[in-house]
Amino acid sequence: MNKIVLLIFCLVLFASCGKNEKTEAPKTSQLNGAGATFPYPLYSKWFNEYAKINKDAKINYQSIGSGGGIKQITEGTVDFGATDSPMSDEEIKKANEKNNNSIIHIPTVIGSVVLTYNVPGLAKELNLTAETISGIFMGTIKKWNDPLIAKENPGVSLPDKDIIVCYRTDGSGTTYVFTDFLGKVSPDWKSKVGVAKDVKFPVGQGGKGNEGVTGLVKQLEYSIGYVELVYALQNKLQYALVKNSEGEFVKPSLDALTKAAEQSVAEMPDDLRLSITNAGGKGSYPISSYTYLLVYEKQKDAFKGKVLKEFLTWALSSGESYASELGYAPLPKAVIEKAMLKVNKIVVP
Amino acid sequence: MVILIALEMYKDSAESREMFGFGFIFSSEWNPVTEQFGALPFIFGTVVSSLLALLLSLPVSIGVAVFLSEIAPSSIRSPFSFLIEILAAIPSIIYGFWGIFVFAPFMRNTVQPFLQSYFGFLPFFQGVIYGTGLLTASIILAIMITPIITAVTRDVLKAIPVSQREAAYALGATKWEAIKMALLNAKSGILGGAVLGLGRAIGETMAVTMVIGNKAQIKASLFEPAYSMASVIANEFAEASGSLHISALIEVGLILFGVTFVINSLARLLIYSVTRNA
Repeated sequence: MNKIVLLIFCLVLFASCGKNEKTEAPKTSQLNGAGATFPYPLYSKWFNEYAKINKDAKINYQSIGSGGGIKQITEGTVDFGATDSPMSDEEIKKANEKNNNSIIHIPTVIGSVVLTYNVPGLAKELNLTAETISGIFMGTIKKWNDPLIAKENPGVSLPDKDIIVCYRTDGSGTTYVFTDFLGKVSPDWKSKVGVAKDVKFPVGQGGKGNEGVTGLVKQLEYSIGYVELVYALQNKLQYALVKNSEGEFVKPSLDALTKAAEQSVAEMPDDLRLSITNAGGKGSYPISSYTYLLVYEKQKDAFKGKVLKEFLTWALSSGESYASELGYAPLPKAVIEKAMLKVNKIVVP
Repeated sequence: MVILIALEMYKDSAESREMFGFGFIFSSEWNPVTEQFGALPFIFGTVVSSLLALLLSLPVSIGVAVFLSEIAPSSIRSPFSFLIEILAAIPSIIYGFWGIFVFAPFMRNTVQPFLQSYFGFLPFFQGVIYGTGLLTASIILAIMITPIITAVTRDVLKAIPVSQREAAYALGATKWEAIKMALLNAKSGILGGAVLGLGRAIGETMAVTMVIGNKAQIKASLFEPAYSMASVIANEFAEASGSLHISALIEVGLILFGVTFVINSLARLLIYSVTRNA
């Protein structure tokens, strides 16, 4: 009996040794990335498609969240990071000093946040303004038939019911984009709640992840919440039209997102970190943002650096065509050009 | 191992401990933007939901265990035990999704309106009916820990010698009296099972997060959303940006450790006092 156990033990040990050797050998050529969950479906499609073209490119991506992506690229444990909200000046300084390098933001696609609601018996989609949204999420607008909401929705009979607010409880880029928009348009929001990846909402209850918020809104009548557009499209949720800075009510669509990005190209700073919430211009949806890949300018490993650079070039040209079918808005041409300049700056030893 | 983990958490939470001191445990303000952190709502959420779960689960578990070991004919016994053990193997995320999509609507449409209309005068059953919240989380937890307590209780009951039961019957005891005897003899084991279940309930993260409502507040009503310690760590740790935020979350972990320790010690004391008297 003991002999058999020993034999099995030896076999297991032997097998695991073999395995280690196998996985370790190609590790030098494997790119590791980590970060935002929102663009994960698109990124995994990209890595798959790119691997078909370039046989050497093995890219591994872990969708651990934007904060995690920034942390890992700062620590230098991954070859690239990904985040929904650009790094702050302080974070960039920390990363650059730690690695004696400089970090580059490369926008990949545009995402947006929509307001999804569950109000039975509405004749048509709701119109919401920045004022009503911040009022609802701050708890100053309590009922669906509040005069402020009614004013923007003529011809819609709104129920005399309490609004149930649902928010994201886990720190997320979604919350950042949403609060960034409200912070820009409502001074009250900025001073009382603030702009961050997780904030203390004065009213309502939290769901975990987009799916958690979706679940809450679907189950609770007379509730409202905010989720990523991709999520709302896939789950066929009802979502509201939001008034942009031109005074139009815009239905969130991929077109309206690319428009929002186009209008603000001129304002884009050199490091490409730009918030496009509340962007001006006709037809642009106001709650949207770029999502970024983070890479270092001076690559240390010749092979990895080369693959990374080639991949980014491919992603910004052919890769963009996969965006719309997966529910992401592609970048406007002018932004692609700016991003390409950045990619070309990457130095490979 | 346990000591090393505790030491590491103690070290990493230094920043938050210096900043807030003991006030951390008693403050109910949790706001990452202004960097004000207090753990009281989470402690409240964890302790209340776990104890409530235990309260709900214990009678059911003991009932099922008695049924399985004393009353049920052997033909149903093993399929029934099998089903109950399967309950223990369901991943908590499944419980969570089931909770939010199936159980919470049921609570909102049926259970909570019923409680409110008949017991609405009690502070526990007042307020807006959300479906999710402290009560729903407690019931989900109760379902999750029932198989554990049942399994332990059943095994303890089985361990009682048949001769004792025969002796009880021989003295003219009814079936019910014989069962009562067995339960009295098994009480330390049953308490042990309850402690095991309680431990699971305190540490449970995913399922609770999905249904508890995740709002850092302390309200008397069980219908209101609450928050638990394990949930806040799971939710905020990955995206926590400031070092003070991370440090505060680690301190929450440390407190969770402490709470578990205290509850376990109390339970041990309880078992000790019970067995000594017997």
